[in-house]
Amino acid sequence: MANYSTSEFKSGLKVMLDGDPCSIIENEFVKPGKGQAFNRVKLRNLKSGKVWERTFKSGDSLEGADVMDVEMQYLYSDGEFWHFMDPQSFEQKAADAAAVGDAKQWLKEEDLCEITLYNGEPLSVSAPNFVELEIVETDPGLKGDTAGTGGKPATLSTGAVVRVPLFVQVGEVVKVDTRTGEYVGRIKG
Amino acid sequence: MSSRIWQPAASLEAMKARAELLSTVRAFFDARGVLEVETPALAAHGVTDPHIHCIEVPGYGWLQSSPEYHMKRLLAAGSGPIYQLSRVFRHGEAGPRHNPEFTMLEWYRPEFSLEQLIDECLALLGRWLRRPNVIRPFRHLFAEVTGLDPLTCPPAALVAAAAEAGAPHGLDHRQSVDFLMATQVETALDPATLTVVTDFPAWAAALAQVREDEDGVPVARRFEIYHGGLELANGYQELTDAGEQARRFAADNQERAGHGDRAMAPDPHLLAALQAGLPSCSGVAMGVERLLMAIHGYRDIRQVLTFPTQRA
Repeated sequence: MANYSTSEFKSGLKVMLDGDPCSIIENEFVKPGKGQAFNRVKLRNLKSGKVWERTFKSGDSLEGADVMDVEMQYLYSDGEFWHFMDPQSFEQKAADAAAVGDAKQWLKEEDLCEITLYNGEPLSVSAPNFVELEIVETDPGLKGDTAGTGGKPATLSTGAVVRVPLFVQVGEVVKVDTRTGEYVGRIKG
Repeated sequence: MSSRIWQPAASLEAMKARAELLSTVRAFFDARGVLEVETPALAAHGVTDPHIHCIEVPGYGWLQSSPEYHMKRLLAAGSGPIYQLSRVFRHGEAGPRHNPEFTMLEWYRPEFSLEQLIDECLALLGRWLRRPNVIRPFRHLFAEVTGLDPLTCPPAALVAAAAEAGAPHGLDHRQSVDFLMATQVETALDPATLTVVTDFPAWAAALAQVREDEDGVPVARRFEIYHGGLELANGYQELTDAGEQARRFAADNQERAGHGDRAMAPDPHLLAALQAGLPSCSGVAMGVERLLMAIHGYRDIRQVLTFPTQRA
């Protein structure tokens, strides 16, 4: 990969730092009147998700990280790996539990997900922002409750548990915002 | 989102503020008998300063990072007091307070002491910024904030203090002082005051004269004016000795080589002008965008540039 100098650091650039791929969030140039200039840089470690703050001498450089975001279709899980396919090339990739992380509770076969590849292998998986999943288990609601005041827990086909209004029943398909884990609405069959 | 990038970054208000500032500057110097001049932005030589990187224009030379060399040639030729509003260029300097191309107000006063020039700077700034001012030697200011005397305490203590404050590895002791100045001292300056910092370390003399302070420590006859932590101006009691200037050029290039930067050819015209005789003088440069930021409270230099580098 190419090397990038501090003057080329900009938001979104992927670089290697301490052996981990990182994405630059912010790059601030600071310079005393007549002297060495510095760049104060905020980076997100793409493996851990942690935000690092580092100061570099201006002109220092970091190696670029072979990181790219691709859209892939979720196929299935064998329990150890989650398998995805590029819908154009039909190439398949296997992501481990660390890469899939919290996204696994939302993955439904054939859904398209954004996968971050590092050196060609899945580093992280983002579930679609909204998913539609069937309810497999929930307490029967009270008849006549349409306001959904308190709500109740419901287990979805993927194993995720979300709070749904009392009137929603087993077998119904609901739309969920995966970023907040909140129920959005019912999908009418 | 990117479709709006054709539009200026500066508001109409900021553009008017700039126009007003420029006419105030011209009236100020006109009333004081200082001649407005223009010198090239593109010339055969750049600067050797180890911390300034000029932009090369293949086939022509270098975009000027300051009009200093040409203005000194005018002074040596007998121009008398002169000022200039010029565009200057610095590679790699971009951020909330920096743009690779910016406007510099630079002026030179033959026979002025550094103290007289500081007074003139404060008089000009007083047109817009009614603030109390304090004048502090670099050593005292630095020691007050960090607890370390930058010129007399052991270099290892300064390196350790910078490392503790989050400096990158491998800084030498001068770079450690620069780091602490930029990240600790400047940020601690009183936002409601104009702080004039004088007597910089001799190693940061650039083109200023060096003298010994009251403790016998060599210091540069330089000053900087800060508005809060924002540097507005940088002035020198100008070096007039051609031999010393040639030695500084050589020392700069040695330092550049140590950083892995290419050597810059010393400007022979400046050396010839010093040899012919530069009158004793003081000179200062002020960043026009920084002034606009200080006067009108803009927090980002892009707010005062019609088309900052990202849009230019």
